[in-house]
Amino acid sequence: MKPAPFTRHVPKTIDEVVSALAEFAPQDGRILAGGQSLVPIMAFRMARPTHLIDINEVEGLDRIAIDGDYLSIGARARHGAFHKPVIDGVLGKLLAFVVSHIAHYPIRMRGTFCGSLAHADPSSEWCLVAATLGAQLVVKSVRGERIVAVEDFLEGIMSTSLAEDEFLAEARLPLLPADTQFGFYEFSRRAGDFAMAAALVTYRLVDGVIVDAHVGIGGAEDRPRRIAEAEAVLNGQAPSPDLFVAAGEAAADAVEPLEDILTTAEYRCDLVRAVTRRALERSLP
Amino acid sequence: MSGARPKLVGQSIARKEDGPLLRGQGLFAADVNFPNQLHMRVVRSTYAHGRILSVDLAPALAIPGVHAAWAFADVADIPPIDFRLTKLEQLAAYRQTILAKDRVRYVGDPVAVVFADDPYLAEDAAEHVAVEIEELPVILHADGEVGEFREGLPTEPAIIRKGYGDIDAAFAAAHATVSLSLSIGRHSGVPLETRGSIGRYVASTDMLEMYGAAKVPHWNRDQIARMLGRSPASVNLFEGHVGGGFGVRGELYPEDVLVCLAAIRLGRPVKWIEDRRENLIATNHSRQQTHHIRAAIDRDGRILAIDDEFYHDQGGYMRTHAATVPDLAAAMLPGPYRVPAYRAVGHIRLTNKTPGGTYRAPGRYESTFVRERLLDAIAAKVGVDGVEIRRRNLIDKSEMPVTRALETLGTDIVLDSGDYARLLDKALDGVSWPELQAVIAQRRSDGELVGAGVAMFVEKSGLGPFDDVHITIDITGHVEVVTGAASVGQGVETVIAQICADTLGVNYDDINVIHGQTNRIARGLGAFASRVTVMTGEATRLAAVKLRDRVLAVASELLQSPAADLDIVNGLIVRSGISAGPSIKLAQIAAALAPGSTLLGNDEPGLSAEASFESKHMVYPYGVHIAVVSLARDTGAIDIERYLVAYDIGKAVNPMLVEGQIVGGVAQGIGGALYEEFTYDDRGEPLAVTFADYLMPTAREVPHIDVIISEDAPSPLNPMGLKGAGEGGTNAVGAAIAAAIDDALGQPGAITRLPVSPQMIKAMLRK
Repeated sequence: MKPAPFTRHVPKTIDEVVSALAEFAPQDGRILAGGQSLVPIMAFRMARPTHLIDINEVEGLDRIAIDGDYLSIGARARHGAFHKPVIDGVLGKLLAFVVSHIAHYPIRMRGTFCGSLAHADPSSEWCLVAATLGAQLVVKSVRGERIVAVEDFLEGIMSTSLAEDEFLAEARLPLLPADTQFGFYEFSRRAGDFAMAAALVTYRLVDGVIVDAHVGIGGAEDRPRRIAEAEAVLNGQAPSPDLFVAAGEAAADAVEPLEDILTTAEYRCDLVRAVTRRALERSLP
Repeated sequence: MSGARPKLVGQSIARKEDGPLLRGQGLFAADVNFPNQLHMRVVRSTYAHGRILSVDLAPALAIPGVHAAWAFADVADIPPIDFRLTKLEQLAAYRQTILAKDRVRYVGDPVAVVFADDPYLAEDAAEHVAVEIEELPVILHADGEVGEFREGLPTEPAIIRKGYGDIDAAFAAAHATVSLSLSIGRHSGVPLETRGSIGRYVASTDMLEMYGAAKVPHWNRDQIARMLGRSPASVNLFEGHVGGGFGVRGELYPEDVLVCLAAIRLGRPVKWIEDRRENLIATNHSRQQTHHIRAAIDRDGRILAIDDEFYHDQGGYMRTHAATVPDLAAAMLPGPYRVPAYRAVGHIRLTNKTPGGTYRAPGRYESTFVRERLLDAIAAKVGVDGVEIRRRNLIDKSEMPVTRALETLGTDIVLDSGDYARLLDKALDGVSWPELQAVIAQRRSDGELVGAGVAMFVEKSGLGPFDDVHITIDITGHVEVVTGAASVGQGVETVIAQICADTLGVNYDDINVIHGQTNRIARGLGAFASRVTVMTGEATRLAAVKLRDRVLAVASELLQSPAADLDIVNGLIVRSGISAGPSIKLAQIAAALAPGSTLLGNDEPGLSAEASFESKHMVYPYGVHIAVVSLARDTGAIDIERYLVAYDIGKAVNPMLVEGQIVGGVAQGIGGALYEEFTYDDRGEPLAVTFADYLMPTAREVPHIDVIISEDAPSPLNPMGLKGAGEGGTNAVGAAIAAAIDDALGQPGAITRLPVSPQMIKAMLRK
């Protein structure tokens, strides 16, 4: 469990990052941010990049700040930065609630928000947050900059639309109206494990009925996504236990669950049903 | 001995071991380094079963910094690793060679080794060893057809048969019979410190040294000497700190022999530290068994006979434990109950998985699960609860000692002492059983899935046949206790020092306890089978009594007082019961016995004494586990709300350490009951090779454990009444949790295999 040989590059600016990436990506160069996913798979030699472009010394990449109507999260903003709300309002609280579910404390001190998105593990909490809230992702390369919607960014299990010379420089999360309710629930065998299913819901209550429901499901399919069928059940209805059960049913019916040697599709659907309902229960004021 | 002095035995004294560990001064295997050392990397089979066609070492050897690489041909002169316990002649052909000869038998089987200047380079080079293997069909189930290990050798090398009484007559006369098929998943002890060995050959003295030893250093010394054709006197093993033993760590493995051989051949120290992936596929697995058990009962549910046939999944080779695990499973299955007739037939089966060995409560975690499931099934059959059915079948204390007409580990099973029913009462009181039942009934009527389970067991401990202890007091008054024991972190130094301090009359802090150093004592059996406190503890007491007599005899002359009037208090020899008056220090006594002293007469110089404790029988502690669990209807999640262990240890030398053993043991039992399993795909590829897939319970999954330490039944086989503490926490966890889950589901007998997953619960709830 010692990684294969590699060369580490330590750029100081974003320009240096993208030029290094342009130069080394064709030789299997990778960005190193927090390293909490990449380094273990390198230790197993399941990944063996010959060059690592270490962004830990690039000035300003840990920026987390409001820019207009969204929250900007820099490429090196670490999970631990979200333990306390990073901004006033619902979004800061939502991120602080979700972050405590990510792995374990030492990992949160090192791993990064954007790194999780770029790694695109289906059970990633941040991928679920990005998918549910509709994140915009700022991608840079020597060829320039493009902004990608999260649904066009996450492509599958550990697969994104990043080109090999592109660098996820920033994630933008839309700010949430002050009357937004949110609820999050994830299920795993042990505390801190990868979620076997997770749900994040947000909505507004207008005159006692649900408006603008977002129901995101992670860990159950090849990538987190919003489940329109469950949102349709909720929109225009007053919150109630029966409604939440119905939304859970709709989510379970809508997903195409991942199966593996230890987890059946049927059980994964059970979990989707459960986490959706539980997330909705937690959303109540 | 003087009665007035406060005794340390029985008190929760702080551990002698903790200072260096808390200060970061521990010396674990990876902390051991020698100048000019080489690093070894093992090339392991990536096939579960295959024929080795070729091994090409040349590409690895061509890499600068790589000094040697070996395949089987290079070590063909080294015999396979022999059996330490429960040897059966017919198993010999199934032993493991230090590198695979012509076949690989599990993913992880060592095929070659590479020696390089640093561990990174060694791992790089290992990838360049080209191994060509022709894949063969795999056997992954121990209870299927018998296959072929190699030409002429079946995959079932032996069948364990134990029993007594007329089984057929009992079943013929039975009011009813109860039959179950049950299985226990493959899991094992997974110490946080992986294995590690450092071999060093000192040419100037022709001594071979191995560091990183644990558990059984003397036996391993003798084996390494035998395998390498050396005198045992020219080999020494040294134990440092051990980050968890649990049965798996410290057995003799191929890597231990390889570093020693390489140190001699290459003339440089050789270090090998196992990585976690290796640890999960190369260190002994354990537990995997399938049982088909039936009981003959009378109309009240009293057991007339038990008949069990089981299949033990040994994995790719027979390792040092040989038949130990299935033997113990069969021998200990009857537990604390009256079983007038008994038959166990245990099939040892080789499969294409990691080889097995012992793991904390070996054989008993398995057979307690099976027996207690059987008791619960009998209760359901006759319509009484689980507590009542146990009361009806427990051996009464008036029957003690009970000879079981069974033998294991070279000893006859004689249950030496016990009041099982009383301990059951204590455990039930500990959870306020009637009130608990009322609360559970209320919560169920509110729609919750909640239940409680009880499981009982008899443990075994204090395996002989001997232990030696040598105590010396030097001219500073410092006391050194040299033992043949080993420490796997269980508090050996503390317990031995407590016994020594009390018996000798010296300060606890003035005692240094030596263990795991083959150069300090000629023989020793080490640490396994919950044996150290009983065997080494009593040997310590015997040596301390001798030494005390010697001290008082000399002091009697120096103080001109009869020895009977003298006492040793905190290292000072005084007149008994007189606070003022003449006294003499132990240091002075030691000085007075220096070589040439006129006081010596015909005696050897120095102030020391040696004693052996020999025992032909084990001692049998016992316990009760009670679990309360709730189940989540939607996810199937299993929450252990409450857990209690009542354990009768005869005499607790240090109750804090006993409690620590029990709590840690329960955590591992919970692992086997709900989380940990070495799973494989249908080609024999292991699926649990990281801690993300091999789920060990963490602090978040393990509830607070209530522990009742009981001393109702001191062992009559040693004067202090000692029994062992190491395994009672683990023994009945699977059984108790299974019973509690059944109860929560309202489906008696629902749980037939461990570990239980939320997915399984959800499937049962669908019924």
